[in-house]
Amino acid sequence: MTAQDVAAPKAHGYDWTAIIKDLIGTAIVSLLIMVPMVAYKSVITQYSLVLVSRWTEVFVILALILGTRLAMHLFVWNRAPSPVHASAKPAGPAKASLSERIGPWVFPVLVAFAVTLPFIFHFERRPIDLGIYILTYVMLAWGLNIVVGLAGLLDLGYVAFYAVGAYAYALLSTVYFPYWFGDGIVPWAFYITLPIAGLLAACWGVILGFPVLRLRGDYLAIVTLAFGEIIRLVLINWFSFTNGPQGIEVPKATFFGLPFKAGPGGFADFFGIQHDRIYYYMFLYYVILMLALLTYFVTNRLRRLPIGRAWEALREDEIACRSLGINTTNTKLTAFAIGAMFGGFAGCFFATRQGFVSPESFVFIESAIILAIVVLGGLGSQIGIVFAAIAIMGSFEMFRELSVFQEYLPEGTDPVHFRMLAVGLAMVLMMRFRPRGFVTRRQPTVFLKERKAVSGDLVKEGHG
Amino acid sequence: MATANKTPVLSVEHVTMRFGGLTAVSDLSFEAYPNEITALIGPNGAGKTTVFNCITGFYKPTEGKIALRHADGKEFLLERMDDFRIAQHARVARTFQNIRLFSGMTVLENLMVAQHNKLMLASGYTIGGIFGSGHYRRSEKAAIDLCKAWLEKVRLIDRADDPAGDLPYGDQRRLEIARAMCTEPRLLCLDEPAAGLNPRESEELNKLLRAIRSENDVSILLIEHDMSVVMGISDHIVVLDYGQKISDGTPHHVKTDPAVIRAYLGVDEEEEEKDALAAKAVAEALGDQA
Amino acid sequence: MEYFLQQLINGVTLGSIYGLIAIGYTMVYGIIGMINFAHGDVFMVGSVTAFLVVLGLGLTGGSGLMLILVALVLVAVIAMIVAAAYNWTIERLAYKPLRGSFRLAPLISAIGMSIVLQEFVRVNQEGRPKPIQPIVTGGYEIMTRVTEAGEFIVRLTNMQILIIVSTLILMAVFTVLIQKTSLGRAQRACEQDQKMAALLGIDVDRTISVTFIMGAALAAFAGLMFFLYYGVTDFFVGFLAGIKAFTAAVLGGIGSLPGAMLGGLVIGLIETMWSAYFTVEYKDVAAFTVLIIVLIFMPQGLLGKPEVEKV
Repeated sequence: MTAQDVAAPKAHGYDWTAIIKDLIGTAIVSLLIMVPMVAYKSVITQYSLVLVSRWTEVFVILALILGTRLAMHLFVWNRAPSPVHASAKPAGPAKASLSERIGPWVFPVLVAFAVTLPFIFHFERRPIDLGIYILTYVMLAWGLNIVVGLAGLLDLGYVAFYAVGAYAYALLSTVYFPYWFGDGIVPWAFYITLPIAGLLAACWGVILGFPVLRLRGDYLAIVTLAFGEIIRLVLINWFSFTNGPQGIEVPKATFFGLPFKAGPGGFADFFGIQHDRIYYYMFLYYVILMLALLTYFVTNRLRRLPIGRAWEALREDEIACRSLGINTTNTKLTAFAIGAMFGGFAGCFFATRQGFVSPESFVFIESAIILAIVVLGGLGSQIGIVFAAIAIMGSFEMFRELSVFQEYLPEGTDPVHFRMLAVGLAMVLMMRFRPRGFVTRRQPTVFLKERKAVSGDLVKEGHG
Repeated sequence: MATANKTPVLSVEHVTMRFGGLTAVSDLSFEAYPNEITALIGPNGAGKTTVFNCITGFYKPTEGKIALRHADGKEFLLERMDDFRIAQHARVARTFQNIRLFSGMTVLENLMVAQHNKLMLASGYTIGGIFGSGHYRRSEKAAIDLCKAWLEKVRLIDRADDPAGDLPYGDQRRLEIARAMCTEPRLLCLDEPAAGLNPRESEELNKLLRAIRSENDVSILLIEHDMSVVMGISDHIVVLDYGQKISDGTPHHVKTDPAVIRAYLGVDEEEEEKDALAAKAVAEALGDQA
Repeated sequence: MEYFLQQLINGVTLGSIYGLIAIGYTMVYGIIGMINFAHGDVFMVGSVTAFLVVLGLGLTGGSGLMLILVALVLVAVIAMIVAAAYNWTIERLAYKPLRGSFRLAPLISAIGMSIVLQEFVRVNQEGRPKPIQPIVTGGYEIMTRVTEAGEFIVRLTNMQILIIVSTLILMAVFTVLIQKTSLGRAQRACEQDQKMAALLGIDVDRTISVTFIMGAALAAFAGLMFFLYYGVTDFFVGFLAGIKAFTAAVLGGIGSLPGAMLGGLVIGLIETMWSAYFTVEYKDVAAFTVLIIVLIFMPQGLLGKPEVEKV
């Protein structure tokens, strides 16, 4: 029973008994949730463990909750219900024609913006860093999109391929390449490892995909999650190979052999310009931008080829696919492999950007966030994913900026700590209000007379 | 149409299907002949869809043999093959009782997916396709032409770019048949193609199936309850009841076979009432005497 | 032999904890067909709450036995009520609005909730695990073996007895609840066919809510036991324990209560034996591997029924 059922009958004049009962219920549940979790905090002091009480916070939050709920009762829930359906319908003809009109422009504008970003922001480090950060997630989400969005296979362990790519670079550039080819190879290691990382990740994609072929839906998700965790645990514990939790330091990438340092033989020296650290970051930025665009264009191409159509058909109805002679095993494995490959590329990049790889970067939450970006993007749409990534990672980073407001909050709380909480909350709210994601229409890959978008209600999301 | 001398395209030999303790199909044998329409009929639960699923590889029969023969003499043992290989190599296509279209894809896309294997080869397993090979482009165009031809045939050409899920029910059924035909099969298995169609649509279906039989080198096997369709177009009918074959022959033979009438076509309602009244009278008469 | 016996005892104890959590997973999956991703974190909430109450009561190992038991009952009740409130809220906020929706949305929502729970506790309690002195102490020495290396004594601690016995009691109570009461019948009806159950007058919403509450209560009790057994808890215990408990639920046959407990025992034994006879570092890998193997080769589990897909 929702609050709608409680308050709906009266158009004016409130059913105060019902409202008060609801508020009391809310208060009880809220108090149970906050006491003792918020009310008492355990703190390690010099001698022992003590509890610090924070009842003021509890009552403030309680007041906020009750106030909001009361406001909802008075102003929102009492109106004639405009139901929030779980399967959100597309927003009607007017909006559709708007998105159809601006549709073709969105991507070129985004690319133009991305290409000129460093210039727009006056070569400042922070925006470029943010750009690199978001583009990395966009690329990861585009990679996962092939598996989840196009083929409908629920993968919760995508971070494993990211790790494979990163560790491939780490081990090859610090251990194997120098051993086999001498130290002179190290400046080139990034370029050589990039395709290798993709290949290795693709192989792992097939290896991980093989056992899970018959699984559906939730079970597929859990098994992929388990695989992802196994890889992380192996990375942590196989000390001799991966250096365990201490991680591996990796060399920075060079501009085709020219290191980004001051002095002779460096990048700046070669081009006869003043050395500036920003050049390295701009280089990284354009590398990830190109990798991401590669992912985008290859995926688009694949969608129009038989394999891409087979992925989408697999998502729609696997049994029908088999009845048409399609070897769905191969279809699934290719989806895993190609999706993994892009993850591997991204991992290789990530390693060199961070300068350091350790198992900590490859926890389950990363997989979950990437999946959330894909789902929020909507219907396997790559453009949707861009907006979703900006929304999620952008707000994640924004919390860092909010440290400014620390003085207004109770002592000791730093908004940075709430970042993760905000991400979790965002995931819940997103699914509540837009379960199919930003983009609600699917573009067909071939047409006779005109390209008509398919409504999201008809598109299946796949069961694996 | 007596075709006893022709080699059958499909031979089902002593097929039995058991699910745990339940025997769905028991020692079934029949044959379907090339360029003919064979109908599989019987009351609900007789095992017809189970037979279909065995033929198309979605179930593995517990016992028995299912052989498919092409005109060039190649023979396939379907009871051992995977479902998709049956479609791909033995060239058996099927439709489903509950219509399985790709509802989130357009009508045209549905038909393109049906030509997947052909196009995959032409695209060099995607590699050639990625680099825009001319060979692939030509194959794609040919595939689209085949789609167009079939769309014209089932009169859906105007809706080629519409989502399959948006089509009305009758159109969806025809689309499923067109999609199956785009795989260029030798045997087309239709699972209740007339279900939910009104008499006019059923008549159109008959026309379509007859056209397919005569114009395309394909045999049709169909499960159906709608007698106007079955009697109207079948060359050969096999009747099942409780998983066993109770009749096998031409429509005329089957229509007049008392076993069939008893089990499936049923006694005329008036006849039933007359029988019941007669039985009651007899019982009363006997009772009087006792 | 003695070593094995000790591992057996340890394994059964650990397995009981996993089993209690697994019951929550299996009950929820049975009734709404969804994995409550946040269930492991509800266990964690129960555990942390127990910790806070114990700290607040100033309970230590030194207090008398009766006092400890009474206090523990109080702690258990509080933890169970709090965890129930959490799970109920999760169901209302994240799952109910998405009922009947596509699959992905509830899954993301569940994962989001799991993150929210973890972070909520972390923000409020700080991330570092905080150990306390053991409360339930003492035990029995079952066997002793003298070797060149010294003595090896097989011990059965009071804490272990407490866990195993209380698990048995709870299992009995819940089995009776499910089999004999109208609530149990309503649950089983909803598991079979929700629409039909609703048409027959069963309040499906309430039945589902009650299922979540029951699962949470058991998980919270497991959380209390966990905290007392190991003497420490923190915001992250839910993730691993949750995965292992889910493995247990699947191993035993999703939807089956005795299966969940059986699965829990098996997982607990596997983990303990693996740590004892192979390597401790990879014990979690062992659990994950079991999960993968079970899901791939035996998805219906030990006590479940295989599902056939209709074509």
